[in-house]
Amino acid sequence: MPTVISVKNLIKTYAVGEVEVRALRGVNLDVERGEFLAVTGPSGSGKSTFMHIVGCLDRPTSGQYFLDGQDVSRMSRDQLASIRNKKIGFVFQGFNLLSRTSALDNVELPLLYAGSGMKGPERHKRAMEVLKAVGLEDRADHHPNQLSGGQQQRVAIARSLINNPSILLADEPTGNLDTRTSIEVMDIFQRLNRERGITVLLITHEHDIAEYGTRMVQFRDGQVVMDRPIQRRRLAQDELVTLPAAQAV
Amino acid sequence: MSLLMIFRIALKAMGRNKMRTALTMLGMIIGVAAVITMVALGTGAQSSIEAQIQSAGTNVIIVSAGNFMAGGVRQGQGAASTLLPEDAAAIAPLPGVQYVAAGLNTRGQLVAGNQNWNTQVQGTDVDLPLIQAWQIERGAFFTPQDVTTAAKVAVIGSVVRDQLFGPDANPVGQVMRIQKQPFNIVGVLAAKGQTSMGQDRDDVVMVPYTTVMKKIRGVTFINNVTVSAASSNEVKVVADRIATLLRVRHRLQPGDPDDFMVRTIEEMASVRKEATQTMTALLASIAGVSLLVGGIGIMNIMLVSVTERTREIGLRMAIGARGRDVLLQFLVEAVVLSLFGGAIGIALGFGLSRGITFWMEWPTTVSTNAVAVAFGFAAATGVFFGFYPARKAAALDPIDALRYE
Repeated sequence: MPTVISVKNLIKTYAVGEVEVRALRGVNLDVERGEFLAVTGPSGSGKSTFMHIVGCLDRPTSGQYFLDGQDVSRMSRDQLASIRNKKIGFVFQGFNLLSRTSALDNVELPLLYAGSGMKGPERHKRAMEVLKAVGLEDRADHHPNQLSGGQQQRVAIARSLINNPSILLADEPTGNLDTRTSIEVMDIFQRLNRERGITVLLITHEHDIAEYGTRMVQFRDGQVVMDRPIQRRRLAQDELVTLPAAQAV
Repeated sequence: MSLLMIFRIALKAMGRNKMRTALTMLGMIIGVAAVITMVALGTGAQSSIEAQIQSAGTNVIIVSAGNFMAGGVRQGQGAASTLLPEDAAAIAPLPGVQYVAAGLNTRGQLVAGNQNWNTQVQGTDVDLPLIQAWQIERGAFFTPQDVTTAAKVAVIGSVVRDQLFGPDANPVGQVMRIQKQPFNIVGVLAAKGQTSMGQDRDDVVMVPYTTVMKKIRGVTFINNVTVSAASSNEVKVVADRIATLLRVRHRLQPGDPDDFMVRTIEEMASVRKEATQTMTALLASIAGVSLLVGGIGIMNIMLVSVTERTREIGLRMAIGARGRDVLLQFLVEAVVLSLFGGAIGIALGFGLSRGITFWMEWPTTVSTNAVAVAFGFAAATGVFFGFYPARKAAALDPIDALRYE
């Protein structure tokens, strides 16, 4: 399997007033295509900073980051914007959908910044395809306030998929969702990972959510302190079969 | 990303908050409408003055007698007795001169039957109707022979006709007394209406100037000579020729002041034109202030909007918007706001101008210049006041923006 993410001796320091905060103190990590990586760690461990750099939202103080073999650690802001648009799909805890905008328009949004000059009908078609992939094709014209939390997160996942990204970055995607909906969302991630081979990086502080991945990485004090494959992986698909009763209540 | 796309994004963003969009536009609408209406009022006043100059004849030159000094007491303009009928006769053959009419005025009590009226009695020559474009409604103007013989004939304006004979009467052939002397009425002038100064041009009686000289006032001089130049380009040259001629005829030494005055209609009107121009500028600048306030309103809303939509900006950046895209989006939003506001303001300004003309009967002219300037200013306001908020949005750090609560 080719390596999608390769991080070498990543260091990130912030100056907060007079104090220098060392958020990352030499992180080395390789992620192969098709992996489902769960990133855990307490708050302040550096996992968020790590995700921001992997997500090309921030640049490391030193060290290298190769995404699809391309060194992105020294790119300009505009170049990073283009990388984010084409190679990375983001899913956030708070969904971050545009209000008073239909699900379809929300999903299409990254296409507008792609600079491909894609025409309206083609954009709609692409957006409908990914909405179908998350099972929301019949909600395309609904606005976020007409959708449940789980549905909103599925719209956000559809949006992250529209440019066929190399990696999907999910930052606490189940943080605002109840148990059943969380499992439904994890089911979508697992299916995308399994069926399309999309590499997923999942940030979570919930240990049981981390177990949906194939590999777990734990951060502490700006370093990776644990990196192991998950032995008994949870499968959302199977769990959902046992849960329908809960929904009926 | 194409500009068209940015336009669509901006329009969508505006559509998401219609109330706020409408209120922001209102400032622009009022500002632009005010500018258009005020300028329309000013331009209207100016063009009505110009129209009057046109109707009075652009090529008219008026020579009037200068002031008269009697033992150190100056008597005021027109009192001098140095302007003579012979001067008028000498002006006529000058090159470029088309018509010449000597004039001597008096006021007098008019009596016809049991009615009487006091008005301006204008002693003039047969060329005056040609110079001032008077139409004859009934009868005819007096003839050159009437002038030579100082005949007691009169042509009356419609107001005089109404006062002495009634609107439907035909006074031609009837007798009217001026200063107790009987005059035959030979014609009635077609109505011309008021001047912009409120003077009624139809309240007039015209008689041969020789008659005023010999039969009414008993003088040998005249008050003025009304001259028309053959072409409006030559007015200034002809006026200078007349002045030179009169200095020679009056035997004035170099250094002596003129004992007459030569003015063109255009000169006389230019003072009033300047006054209206000042008024227009004043009105427009007051209206301009409201346009400025409208622009500040847009900046205010855009700043609030940037803060309120920080997370949206963060998200847009996360999914690939460059700083430039965000900057353009907010800039275009501001410009679209002001352009839409400007367009509606222009329509409203048109309506208001029409309304003012309709209800208040003030002349207004909406000039394309004013529309173009107002629209351009609206766009410039949008760019100017939209830039700071837009740059603020573009400079946001995506991580901070996404975390913003």
